[in-house]
Amino acid sequence: MNVLAMPMHRFIDHRGKLVKPLPEWADLMTLKGFYCDMVLTRTYDNKAVALQRTGKLGTYPSHLGSEAIGIAIGRALKKSDVFIPYYRDLPALWARGIGMEKNLQYWGGDERGSDFSPDEERCRDLPFCVPIATQCTHAVGVAAALKIQGNHNVALVTCGDGATSKGDFLESLNCAGAWNIPLVFVINNNQWAISVPRAIQCGAELLSDKAKGAGIEGITVDGNDVVAMFDIVTMSLDHARKGKGATLIEAVSYRLSDHTTADDASRYRSEDELQQAWEFEPIKRLKTFLIEQGAWSEQDDISWQAHCKEVIETVVDHYLSMTPQAPESAFDFLYEQLSEDLLSQRDLIINKAMRMQGGNHG
Amino acid sequence: MAEVTLLDAINMALHYEMAHDQNVVVLGEDVGDNGGVFRATVGLKEKYGCKRVIDSPLAEALIGGVTVGMATQGLRPVAEFQFQGFVFPAMEHLVCHAARMRNRTRGRLTCPAVFRAPFGGGIHAPEHHSESVEALFAHIPGISVVIPSSPQRAYGLLLAAIRSNDPIMFFEPKRIYRTVKSTVIDNGEALPLNTCFTLRKGRDLTLVTWGACVVESLQAAQTLSELGIEAEVIDLATIKPIDMASIIKSLEKTGRLLVVHEACKTCGVGAEIIARISEQAMCLLKAPPRRVTGTDTIMPYYKNEDYFMIQEDDIVDAAKMLVEGWK
Ligand SMILES: Cc1ncc(C[n+]2csc(CCOP(=O)(O)OP(=O)(O)O)c2C)c(N)n1
Repeated sequence: MNVLAMPMHRFIDHRGKLVKPLPEWADLMTLKGFYCDMVLTRTYDNKAVALQRTGKLGTYPSHLGSEAIGIAIGRALKKSDVFIPYYRDLPALWARGIGMEKNLQYWGGDERGSDFSPDEERCRDLPFCVPIATQCTHAVGVAAALKIQGNHNVALVTCGDGATSKGDFLESLNCAGAWNIPLVFVINNNQWAISVPRAIQCGAELLSDKAKGAGIEGITVDGNDVVAMFDIVTMSLDHARKGKGATLIEAVSYRLSDHTTADDASRYRSEDELQQAWEFEPIKRLKTFLIEQGAWSEQDDISWQAHCKEVIETVVDHYLSMTPQAPESAFDFLYEQLSEDLLSQRDLIINKAMRMQGGNHG
Repeated sequence: MAEVTLLDAINMALHYEMAHDQNVVVLGEDVGDNGGVFRATVGLKEKYGCKRVIDSPLAEALIGGVTVGMATQGLRPVAEFQFQGFVFPAMEHLVCHAARMRNRTRGRLTCPAVFRAPFGGGIHAPEHHSESVEALFAHIPGISVVIPSSPQRAYGLLLAAIRSNDPIMFFEPKRIYRTVKSTVIDNGEALPLNTCFTLRKGRDLTLVTWGACVVESLQAAQTLSELGIEAEVIDLATIKPIDMASIIKSLEKTGRLLVVHEACKTCGVGAEIIARISEQAMCLLKAPPRRVTGTDTIMPYYKNEDYFMIQEDDIVDAAKMLVEGWK
């Protein structure tokens, strides 16, 4: 059976049909807002891939297909909660208020992309984490701190399906259960960890089953249904906020892109499987649903897409016109104070950069 | 004979040894159908099947531990880490187990494993993809560290590493994976794991380097030669054990030592080489030895990476100071 069609927590199926009544919060205005957000982040994603192809961005991990997961998370979190993202989380960060320029800077090879302050309120969020699954242990620390501080804030951490094989993930889950901390884990189960399919990661049928051993709630959700995602993330955050502990959410989705722009998924993944996955993607189903409800039209869609393109062009222009990061900045945040030795190494780099930029070498 | 890349040479050595020794197995993330993220293991799974070419779950500590376990049972596992920056989860298995198995069991069990990882910067990769931490491993008793810098040496040294009865960290300079090409004779001949390679003869200074920096060092030697300074260029190749005898022999001729490495300066392998020279051959020196190294910083993201990579003129300048400043 196609995993994307499996029975799981879901309101709107891939044909845009309701499989159960919508939750109370889900009025059409709200859903339209979700839809617009998802289209905007997809427009961004397409543009980012194009920028990479033309040498204006470094290696980039597309989030194509996981818009519903990110938008639900970004919208469900309160400002005062702490988000611990992984590298495919642009939609969530954006929905949380972090400018897309930051993401372009980050993947454009500029450290300032992880600086969410001072113009952002949410500067307690952690930056992207490249070593797989290590962010889960940080999230346990964050959640424990929130509990100690007693302010009813919650930590939410994301990771991929591959990450659930790592000790860091399992140790974090275990500890979250033992300590009863306000933490929500969201697995973006997009079926692949580079070339390794979900089945090779572990023998469990559901990744949410891993919660059992840790003594916490585990639930599998249709990660392509933004309604189900928002519903479960909100409930889990509430659960944690009330002191009832952690939840593991497995969001079942599909990576419609290559792993990153450095990858070629056609080496290991069949075109048939990909085409089938496109039938289940998150944006089309919500659009069909909204149109059937009379809340959206093809004309609205055309205008919105055009608007998104404009917004993204502005973001990109802004990114491209930023002053370059100073080469010596690699030293400037390394320690509170630099030793004499490091100061002279810093001078060395300043001189070297001047030499390389000037092209003169005597 | 066609020229091949360093990456092809790694692949050729793996093919050769898997064909000739049933005990050789390859494991790691994406090493099967995908042939590894850099394609070093391409074609192995098709040829030797999924029992000998194993796609592991995404778990480096597991890869480290499983490799140790396999090696104790007579297999010769060759584990791939996707990048040197991701070896750290497996550190405990490398340091506490692979390195100690022979000693701990008084020789009853050994750990004939190879741990491969691409390393170094210069390919505009994301964070944690540009580390050069060979010194960290060289510090650990019980493991050896090998870094090839040409296709032929990659082929011969990898064969030697697989055949070694002790654990070897085999670090591949990914910046020159595809840019350095030469012919490789695929005859199964291994190279020694205790000898450095003199790539260029010279009388004025001894330039010791390894990995991708060999490229800039040879270019610098050429430029220096045009200025009348002849550098002897040595590719260290085996970082541990260090072949000091060859370096000292070269210094007997040149009297001047320049070490070039991409890794951070503090406690780098350059410091070790210079310390040994001051212990063993101080009197040969006509000038204080010099280092051209990376800075003691975290490798910046790619926009500023080039400023932190060693350029040919960094080496030329240092060599000129060494020779002309101390005439
Ligand atoms: C510790 C570690 N090992 C290996 C890598 C290289 N790597 C980057 S992404 C990735 C696959 C991750 O798959 P998954 O967790 O399923 O997330 P996805 O990328 O599919 O969203 C790997 C192996 C890494 N970043 N960190």
